[in-house]
Amino acid sequence: MTRLLGERLTLSYDDRTVAADLDVTIPDGSFTVVVGPNACGKSTMLRALARMIKPRQGQVLLDGQAISSLPSKEVARRLGLLPQSSIAPDAITVADLVARGRYPHQGLLRQWSKDDEAAVSSAMAATRVGDLAERAVDELSGGQRQRVWLAMALAQETPLLLLDEPTTFLDITHQIEVLDLCAELHEDQGRTLVAVLHDLNHACRYGTHLIAMRDGAIVAEGDPQEIVDAELVEAVFGLRCTVIADPETGTPLVVPAARRR
Amino acid sequence: MIGAVAGRFPVPVRRMAPARTLTVVVALTLAVLALLVIAVGTGDYPISPGDVVRTLLGQGDSATEFVVETLRLPRALTGILAGAALGAAGAIFQSIARNPLGSPDIIGFTAGSAAAAVFEITVIGGGTVAIAAGSTVGGLITALLVYGLAWRRGVSGYRLVLIGIGISAMLEATVNYLLTRGKIEDVQAASVWLTGSLNGRGWEHVWPTLVCLAVLFPLTTVLQRDLRMIEMGDEGAKALGVAVERSRLMNLLVGTLLTAVATAACGPVTFVALAAPQIARRLTAATGPGVMTAALTGAVLMLAGDVLAQRLFPSTPLPVGVLTGALGGLYLMWLLAQEARRNRA
Repeated sequence: MTRLLGERLTLSYDDRTVAADLDVTIPDGSFTVVVGPNACGKSTMLRALARMIKPRQGQVLLDGQAISSLPSKEVARRLGLLPQSSIAPDAITVADLVARGRYPHQGLLRQWSKDDEAAVSSAMAATRVGDLAERAVDELSGGQRQRVWLAMALAQETPLLLLDEPTTFLDITHQIEVLDLCAELHEDQGRTLVAVLHDLNHACRYGTHLIAMRDGAIVAEGDPQEIVDAELVEAVFGLRCTVIADPETGTPLVVPAARRR
Repeated sequence: MIGAVAGRFPVPVRRMAPARTLTVVVALTLAVLALLVIAVGTGDYPISPGDVVRTLLGQGDSATEFVVETLRLPRALTGILAGAALGAAGAIFQSIARNPLGSPDIIGFTAGSAAAAVFEITVIGGGTVAIAAGSTVGGLITALLVYGLAWRRGVSGYRLVLIGIGISAMLEATVNYLLTRGKIEDVQAASVWLTGSLNGRGWEHVWPTLVCLAVLFPLTTVLQRDLRMIEMGDEGAKALGVAVERSRLMNLLVGTLLTAVATAACGPVTFVALAAPQIARRLTAATGPGVMTAALTGAVLMLAGDVLAQRLFPSTPLPVGVLTGALGGLYLMWLLAQEARRNRA
C-alpha cells in the first residue's frame, strides 16, 4: 500500500480533458520525477495529487483515504505542495514567510509553539536561508527566493512533498542548487518527493523513480537508469537522440541528434 | 525522521514580538481619545478638556452634561464606531483584492446602498430608519449579486473587481436618473445622505452600531488568520490547508456587514475604507491585512474629519463626507503616482 496514488483519474479544465483514466502511484520513499512535453498533463496530474483540482472522475488516495474526504488542514500535515507561482506578501521577511508553513499545525488555541520554532529553524538551516532571516523576501534573487519558498514547504514537515517545476525561471547554477537540496531532503530526511521537471537530464540524475507522460497518459515509469533510452525519448518527446552515460554520475544523459551531419 | 540536517546548526528563530505594531496601537488609541475630548469640547459652547473628562466620568454640571451626553458624545462615538468599521472593512477588501485600491466599492456595496437609499428618499419617501434599513439591504443584495456573478468554481479577486465596477456603473446611472426625476427637496435630502454625515447622530445610532461591532470585530480577528494566508495566492494557501473559498466568502460577508453597519450609521462616507488600511500598514510596516490597526486608523480619520468639517467654517459646518471626499481625491492621486513609480522601478 503506497501513501499517495491516483485511481482512474479524469482531469479537465472546463471542457478540455487533459487526462482520462489515469492511474498513478508514487512509490513511498522515492524521489519521483515527472517529465513530458509541454501540455502533456504532468503539472495537472501533480495538482490533482495535491488536491488543487478536483478530478472529474476517479480519486486520489492519501493513506488509503479519498483525499477529497479529508479536512484540508489534515491533508496539509501529511502532504506539502510548492506551487509554480506563489505571491510573497508585501514587505514580508524570510523568517515570517517560512513560519507560515506552520499554519496546518496551528489552531485558534494553539498558536506559536516550541515545535513550530524548531521546524522553522531547521527548515531554514536545511535550505541555507538562515542568514537571510530578517531580509524582505522581495529583495532576494530568484534562486534565494526559491530556497525560501522551499523552506516554507519544509517547515510544514510533511512526509510527502510535491514540487511543481521548482527550477523554472532559475539559471543553471540555481537549478542545480535547488535540485541538490531536494536530493538531500530525500536522502537525509527520508521524505517522499515528487517533482515536475522540464530537463530530462536533471530528471535522470536526481530522480529515483521517473514517470514519463505524453498526451495525458503515462508512457513509461521506473528507475531512470533502466527505462531511459533513445527509443523512449523519441516516443515521449518525438526527439531523435543518443543516450550516453553521464560522466559525473553514470545516469542516462540525453544528447539530441544534430540537425544534419 | 524530519529534523535538522546533520552537521548544520539550526538557525535560531525569533518570532518577532510586533513591538512596533503595539506602539502604533497605543498611539492610535491615545489619538482617538484626544480627538474625542476635542470633538466633545469644541463648538458653540466650548468646554475645557478638564471639564470634558469630568463630565464623561459623571461629575459635570447639568448644562455641560446635556451638551456632552446628549449632543456631542453620541455624534463622536458614532463617528469612532463607523470609522473603525470602515477601516476594518477596507483592510479586508484590500487583502482579498490584493490591491490597495480595494474598498467596499469593489463589491458594489456602496453603489447598491446609494441606489436603494435614493430610491427610498425620492420615490417611497421613508424616514431615517427606513433609509438606513433600505441602504443596508440594497448594499447587501448588490454585494451578493456581484459575488454570484463573479463565481466560477471559485472567485478570483480580479474578476470580483471587474464585475463590481460594472455593476456599480449601472447603479450609479440609476442614482442619477432618480435624482433627475425627484422633487427638489427630496433630491437635496438624497444628496446630503449620499455625502455621508454625522449630523444629529444620537444614542439611537450608537447602541445598534456598538452591538453589531461587538459581534463582528471578534469575527474579523479570527478570520484574519486565513486572510493573510490567502494573500500568498489561492494555491499556496490551499496547499497549507486553508479552506480558501470558504474563508474568502466569510471575509467578504463580514467586510460587507461592517460596511453596512457604517453606512446605516452615517451614510456612504468615502475615503476612510480606502486610506485607513494603507496608512496603518505604513505605520506598522507589518504584513497581513492588519484589520485592527486599520480599524483604529479609520476611527481617527473619521473623527478628525468630522471635527475639521465642523470647525473649519464654524458658520457653515460641512458634512464629514465632503471633507473625506476631498482628502480622498488627493490621497488617490498620490497612491496612483506611487504605484506608477513602483511599476517603473
